[in-house]
Amino acid sequence: MPDITRRRALTAAAAVAATASAVALAGPAASAAPAAGHHDHTAPGSFDEVYKGRRIQGGPASGGGHHHEHGGGYEVLVDGVQLHVMRNADGTWISVVSHYDPVATPRAAARAAVDELQGAPLLPFPAN
Amino acid sequence: MTVRKNQATLTSDEKRRFVAALLELKRNGRYDEFVRTHNQFIMADTDSGERTGHRSPSFLPWHRRFLLDFEQALQSVDSSVTLPYWDWSTDRTVRASLWAPDFLGGTGRSSDGRVMDGPFAASAGNWPINVRVDGRTFLRRSLGTSVRELPTPAEVDSVLSMATYDMAPYNSASDGFRNHLEGWRGVNLHNRVHVWVGGQMATGVSPNDPVFWLHHAYIDKLWAEWQRRHPGAGYVPTAGTPDVVDLNDTMKPWNDVRPADLLDHTKHYTFDV
Repeated sequence: MPDITRRRALTAAAAVAATASAVALAGPAASAAPAAGHHDHTAPGSFDEVYKGRRIQGGPASGGGHHHEHGGGYEVLVDGVQLHVMRNADGTWISVVSHYDPVATPRAAARAAVDELQGAPLLPFPAN
Repeated sequence: MTVRKNQATLTSDEKRRFVAALLELKRNGRYDEFVRTHNQFIMADTDSGERTGHRSPSFLPWHRRFLLDFEQALQSVDSSVTLPYWDWSTDRTVRASLWAPDFLGGTGRSSDGRVMDGPFAASAGNWPINVRVDGRTFLRRSLGTSVRELPTPAEVDSVLSMATYDMAPYNSASDGFRNHLEGWRGVNLHNRVHVWVGGQMATGVSPNDPVFWLHHAYIDKLWAEWQRRHPGAGYVPTAGTPDVVDLNDTMKPWNDVRPADLLDHTKHYTFDV
């Protein structure tokens, strides 16, 4: 499938260009342990898929992202742009795009963001 | 004295004046400062770190002060304007007068959520979405699609009956009135209404939709009703809680107001009923 491979390579390059800290795509999620000791949920695994035509990626932030570490060191990208995500105390996830509607995993939060965006580009945060 | 009224009872003139004041704050840039402040707190408030505007006991006093500031801004344009409240447990359909073209306008079109009628429709040209998380510059709504039903009066009553204001760990996992009202637990009141409206209301920049103010004015009223039902219960925690605004701690971003200063709304306004 050379077409898919090429497209993935292009979007991956865009991802690196668009964000200060790229997602470590292949690494295990073990380093994404929450900062606080309590409510220590199992860290979610990485993902990298095309959902409704948008590339969504998630995994442990590969350093450099000193601020907005509210995903417990976990980072989510939509077409290479970082989606602000947050892990709730009960282990559920929200993003700035679907802030009031928690879902079970960061992948579900990324998909919910794609649904909500309806094809619109995500802007890098903080908003304006 | 400011009297906050149920939006369903507003006269045509009261609606017209409220809308005109909103449009003026949008035109002169003050409106977007409120949107920006809200999103900064949405993104910064966390369950395991500092939390002030959301997912914490100060959710209610923080928004009370936020609404007071906004109401004063409206009154600087037109001194007759007060914040209406939306009782979504009663006016619970897309056919409610709230969503009519002479007030907030209706739901968005299915293709992209764009609100097509009323004073805040993109076509009217007076309501650009400037503080945003994505590329879309038009007001969006999707009434009743992500969640079908708004909270019922019985659900509201079940939350008002809770005897304790808030409980450790004072975040989105807490038991008690505040967190059930905010909606991270239980029947889910406040959060569900954001999701029911959809569009910008479902995001961190939710004040982009003017219905934000009517929704929170009702949340604020429910807090006052809870206080009336539980005169022996009060704001907690009172002291010494890391990352949480205690009763006598000052709140960001103002740094000059404490929850203790905001427990009595009658110093600032009353409700029509």
